[in-house]
Amino acid sequence: MPEVRDVAEKVRSKNAGPFWVTVDIFCGSPEAFERIKNGLTTQAVAVRFDTPEQLLKRFDIASLNVVKISVPRPSVQGTISDRDMHGAGWAALVAEMEIA
Amino acid sequence: MVRVLVPSGALGLGYDHDALERGIANRPDLIAIDGGSTDSGPSYLGRGVSKYARSSTKLEWAGLMDAARRAGCPLVIGTAGTCGAGSAVDWLVEITQEILAEKGQRAKIAVLKSDQPASRVVDALGANRITPLTPAPDIDAPMLESCTNIVALAGVEQITCALNTGADIVIAGRTTDTAIIAALPIAKGIDPGPAWHAAKIGECGALCATNPQSGVIQIDWEGAAFVLTPLADDAHATPHTVSAHMLYENADPYLLHEPGGTLDVTEARYDALDDTRVRVTGSVWRKANGYNVKLEGARVAGYQTVVLAMLRDPHYVTNAAKWAEDIVAKCTDKARKRTSASADDFTIEIRLIGQNSVLGDLEARAADPIEIGALGLVTAKTPELANEIGKLLNPYLLHHPLTREEEVPTFAFPFSPAEIDRGPVYEFCLNHVMWLDDPMDAFSLEVLNA
Repeated sequence: MPEVRDVAEKVRSKNAGPFWVTVDIFCGSPEAFERIKNGLTTQAVAVRFDTPEQLLKRFDIASLNVVKISVPRPSVQGTISDRDMHGAGWAALVAEMEIA
Repeated sequence: MVRVLVPSGALGLGYDHDALERGIANRPDLIAIDGGSTDSGPSYLGRGVSKYARSSTKLEWAGLMDAARRAGCPLVIGTAGTCGAGSAVDWLVEITQEILAEKGQRAKIAVLKSDQPASRVVDALGANRITPLTPAPDIDAPMLESCTNIVALAGVEQITCALNTGADIVIAGRTTDTAIIAALPIAKGIDPGPAWHAAKIGECGALCATNPQSGVIQIDWEGAAFVLTPLADDAHATPHTVSAHMLYENADPYLLHEPGGTLDVTEARYDALDDTRVRVTGSVWRKANGYNVKLEGARVAGYQTVVLAMLRDPHYVTNAAKWAEDIVAKCTDKARKRTSASADDFTIEIRLIGQNSVLGDLEARAADPIEIGALGLVTAKTPELANEIGKLLNPYLLHHPLTREEEVPTFAFPFSPAEIDRGPVYEFCLNHVMWLDDPMDAFSLEVLNA
């Protein structure tokens, strides 16, 4: 099965304040958008982040061909256990997920 | 019509000089620039210092002071000195006075401070005037009193008070990124919907356009619409680049909570005027019941000493996780025996660079790297204890064998001394809002004639 990165144009992640990270999947075309929208479940992303699904926010934005998923940061920004001050590394976690 | 010129996403990032000249010639009503955010981590707020070099800050700020003087409009900066704490505001005020003195010029400076004494927040907590956001750490009086800095994020009301002093320059402590841009149009009667929306799109400068490094953009409000124009030669805004900017560093791309209400852009329309400018309509402001401001606070979480060793021997590269786990267990035990420290006084962690140092336990991939960096992190209650345990960790990272049978290995240390004292490490400890009767209740305003 293909991974998100094989279908999407770009996946980025960034802090949305110290307590959230937001992942933007730029699909690049309506076809790729439909594919990722339907093939990537919020539940699978929650499992990947080891976070309860109900805490995730998801936006499927057809006008931009973007699937956006916001997750409470696995570690609050800058705490002793935080490994990624700007939250950019989590994009890989989503980019490398398989699409059903 | 109201026109605001935004030279860049932050003071210290640079801006395109030709584009700035074009902006000055267009006679803006205000030049507004952001000075920081929480994005670089809690240390800046904890220490109350800027992340940018003083030399870059001074050079760019002098350029903007000159631009505002020639444009005949005020200049405003929000979240001065990265964190917007009082000491960082004072730092920029001092730089401003230095620039004026060097040029033999005078200016009226309004200084807005956002610092919150712990006692004010403790009182508000007791009066049920603090509301946690999601997710929020638990707070109580001792925790608030342990913060080295607490700031509140000012909105348009406080910026408007500062502009109303007639100041040439407004230097503000912590504000929302958008408030410095939205304040003037709202004060001049523009609907808050397009005012806040344009501010959100424009707060990162030309990041909402092609050639994002060029920085300079111009925002024009007319009626219920705003027009966004990037001013560098090769920068173009399109409905796509502008609307996509609502994704940036936002957990929710449609709703933005600000002091006094919420911006809702669900129904916004983005239309190209030509290949450079975009006109936006349909942004809605939903006024809240009551007025609150978000709080940020930071405190010392411990003191850290770091030791880095590099593993190149394939046997150790393959077995790095087991090796690191064994070191942490043995060194923790030794540290407790050789110092009087208890288990709560320190932690030892080894992150394996090349294996899972970014994602930790969430890492889902595995591959054989050529080498692995073993980043040893000791965090302790005092700097002395962190350094002492760093020194106990040193011989393990240099020589620890996987089994008793094998020859004692030696790993690559890039530095001498191997242990690096990082000093205090800070943590953010507030994700709350504080309710105010009057927006100025938690802020102070002073006017300097420099």
